[in-house]
Amino acid sequence: MSEKTSVTLNINGRNFSIQVEPRRTLADAIREDCGQTGTHIGCEHGVCGACTVIVNGEPVRSCLMFAAQADGKKIRTVEGLARGDELHPMQRAFMEHHGLQCGFCTPGFLMLAVGVLEREPDIGDDELLDVLSSNLCRCTGYQNIIKAVRAAAAEMRGSK
Amino acid sequence: MSAPTKGSGSNWVGRSIRRLEDPALVIGQGRFTADLPAANWVRFARSAMASGAIKSISAPDGAMVITAADLKDVKPIRPMLHKFEYRPIGYPVLADGVVRFAGECFAAAVAPTEEEAEDIVDRIEIAIDERKPLIDSRDAIASGAPKLHPESPDNVIVQGLVKTEGFDAVWNGAHKIVEITARSRRQNATPMEPRGGHAAYEMSTGRVTLTCATQMPHLTRTAIADVLGFPESDLRVVAPDVGGGFGQKMSLAPEYVLLVWLARKHRSSFAWTEDRRENLIASFHSRDQHVSLKAAFDQNGKLLALNADILSNIGAYSCYPTTCGVEPLMAMAEMPGPYDVRQYQCRSRGVVTNTCPMAPYRGVSRPVITFTLERLMDKAAAAFGIDPIDIRRRNLIDKFPYTSAMGLVFDEASYKETLELAVEHIDVPAFRKRQQEARAKGKYLGLGFATFSERGGYGSPAFAARGMAITPGWENVELTIDPSGYVELRIGSSPHGQGLRTTLAQIIADEIGIEPSRIKVIHGDTDRTPYGWGTFASRSLVICGGATLIAAQNMRAKLIKMASHMLEAEGGDIVLEDGMAKVAGTDRSVPIAEMAREAYHQTHRFKGAIEPGMTEKGSYDPPGTFSNACHVAIVEVDVKTGKVTVERFVAAEDAGRLINPMIADGQVHGGIAQGIGNALLEEIVYDESGNILTSTLADYLPPTAHEIPVIELHHLETHTSATNTKAKGLGEGGAIGSPAAVINAVNDALAPFGVQIDEMPATPQRIRAALRAKERA
Ligand code: FES
Ligand code: FES
Repeated sequence: MSEKTSVTLNINGRNFSIQVEPRRTLADAIREDCGQTGTHIGCEHGVCGACTVIVNGEPVRSCLMFAAQADGKKIRTVEGLARGDELHPMQRAFMEHHGLQCGFCTPGFLMLAVGVLEREPDIGDDELLDVLSSNLCRCTGYQNIIKAVRAAAAEMRGSK
Repeated sequence: MSAPTKGSGSNWVGRSIRRLEDPALVIGQGRFTADLPAANWVRFARSAMASGAIKSISAPDGAMVITAADLKDVKPIRPMLHKFEYRPIGYPVLADGVVRFAGECFAAAVAPTEEEAEDIVDRIEIAIDERKPLIDSRDAIASGAPKLHPESPDNVIVQGLVKTEGFDAVWNGAHKIVEITARSRRQNATPMEPRGGHAAYEMSTGRVTLTCATQMPHLTRTAIADVLGFPESDLRVVAPDVGGGFGQKMSLAPEYVLLVWLARKHRSSFAWTEDRRENLIASFHSRDQHVSLKAAFDQNGKLLALNADILSNIGAYSCYPTTCGVEPLMAMAEMPGPYDVRQYQCRSRGVVTNTCPMAPYRGVSRPVITFTLERLMDKAAAAFGIDPIDIRRRNLIDKFPYTSAMGLVFDEASYKETLELAVEHIDVPAFRKRQQEARAKGKYLGLGFATFSERGGYGSPAFAARGMAITPGWENVELTIDPSGYVELRIGSSPHGQGLRTTLAQIIADEIGIEPSRIKVIHGDTDRTPYGWGTFASRSLVICGGATLIAAQNMRAKLIKMASHMLEAEGGDIVLEDGMAKVAGTDRSVPIAEMAREAYHQTHRFKGAIEPGMTEKGSYDPPGTFSNACHVAIVEVDVKTGKVTVERFVAAEDAGRLINPMIADGQVHGGIAQGIGNALLEEIVYDESGNILTSTLADYLPPTAHEIPVIELHHLETHTSATNTKAKGLGEGGAIGSPAAVINAVNDALAPFGVQIDEMPATPQRIRAALRAKERA
């Protein structure tokens, strides 16, 4: 076992000062050291996207980043998406369009879609499909996830 | 989409209301097994060898490592069938003297963190006297093959044989025999949440709570108590939010038994979260079958007789509770599918090999049956020079109830109607024209059909007929209105993404006039719910929904009795709606919440006319029902690369009355996507030494949003009299029909080359290999 290092993760605007081994992934640190279990782990090898969070404005797979690499960066997770009781348009759209079944992949899809649309609000439907095909969902067959994200994209554009 | 079907009351059933499950899940407040903190973490040491005798296991000094030597009192898991030449073999919790598949656990390491436990696993050493493994079921039944288990001298551990009377005469008198040899490769259900468990000992009571990703909490409790030999009441099993199961999470994981054993012995908490590699190599697999099917037709293309030989590779052990008979016996019972055929002969065998155990996966065997049968129908159409649609028209069942050659009773359904509905939406002549034009430009398009039935809501007699020691047919529910007027339904079913909380609430809402958002459904906790069977086999809405309807009807009767007393009106004049009991045509009413309060606190007012309290029970064990569908795929095959693109997918479905059409659509979408994956992408590949080459999601390929086209769904609603809700099961259908439709389409596209693919998945490699072989020939 190796030495632990001090890392400060800023998650949804709150600082968590934690001691982690250098090998600790950001996903594990968020879940286990900071107690934010909304971010899920489906593969730990960068394929499924369940662990997607937004780091300094970019959607990233938190299982492919070490906690130490995220030191001092601004991290957003699914827990920070709603403002108080007011849900993010993406969260509402997923409920409205039945974009989730078991809900395990959902936080990853929400963060992926929000991250991309914030950077590129006018992204076209085909590009959006490309982006969404980077995460896996085993329940929905993607039909309603795509519908939900498109609906939320329209709403996010409108509300700018 | 059809209109609401209930004529009176508030009409919640039939509406696409939003799911009650969603609010917590979209804000990251779902609670999954891996979210629980534990005092100790467990990682399993898994064999890299597929077969051999264990000579020694050595653990690093000072580390806590458990092996079979520590589990002398722990029995192996031994699922039972009392028929079909079933040979019960035991699945040891940790490999005991012998390893039988690569990935089998032979030791468990315990440490305060997962990482430390993993470090220990890396330092555990095992010496195995390696034997050449058996990977393919055909090798396992070859003469002289080594024996995997002493209990099964020929490696066949379950076998069914049927032959209808008069078969030979019909067969010999037939006009034409058409045959197919089909192969379905091994696949993995791949829920996005892998399995995992957390067992915690409670000092004050001496009980253990096992929280785990299971589809059937009650039976998990029974099984673990049996294997470890203690009273069931000392164990509570909780299925919290479960991230998809698709059958994989209904079989008992030996890992859970060990967690409970550790928690009891060391009076602490122990957790294990399966990683993706473990899930792919050592969870339960499915679909690995060889099928040879022959069909006899008369001169008009009418099917007279079917003769099937089915070989299922069931892996190294039999799974609990369904046993390894689940695939071969389902295949035998249901091979004639939706076709009217009076004569049937079948031999179906389950064979042990040095591979990961097989268990149910969405559709169980029927994706393979349907694939084989529907490929055969296309071949028959070609043999008769008629259209694939016509051969189906001539043979689909259209008189109900229909008793199959195997004695299954099909309830009212719409096999022909769904076929015609799908055909209408495809515009076949237009497609054929486009196909011709495309071919001229070197583009190969294909159209494929699959018609099928999906048996759902099996009652206990269906399982008894299979000779199962456990016959999970019925469901019990308890419906309570609490003194504040809120409703709680406790169920033995245990959903994991199916939206059952919402659909059950809709059923109750219609009966008692309380809106669904005031109804809570409690599931997945053996301490809080009546004994039941969880969720699998398209059963929960049918059986648990049926029990719920009965409980709600009982509650309705009680409320009406109370209201007629309180409002001094005839029972027949009382209407329950908007949370009130009202006297029709007057302004007299009383809130149901107030009635509930009185039922608890003012029972004397009812002069003994009602029992105190407000709990009603419902129990249901239906005979079973068949839903049906026609799936149609249009694909393009790139003959240079072998890549298949699904361009269109049309499904005409009939699942009886739809309680929540939005949720129904979601179930069908998900199934179809899995089926497209099964048809084209997903394959567990073993090398010769028995190691899995597809142990990451970069190698084992569930489809992404890119591979799934827009799915066009059309519903018919044949209200069945086989269930009290008139609903039929629909959880699996999507996965049952889509592989056949897609592969038929691939074959239609490849027709100009005279090439046929009778294997799934039809990967680019397979398609290219077939094309190359043809070029060379
Ligand atoms: S868990 Fe990070 S991509 Fe799958
Ligand atoms: S909703 Fe279950 S994996 Fe996406």
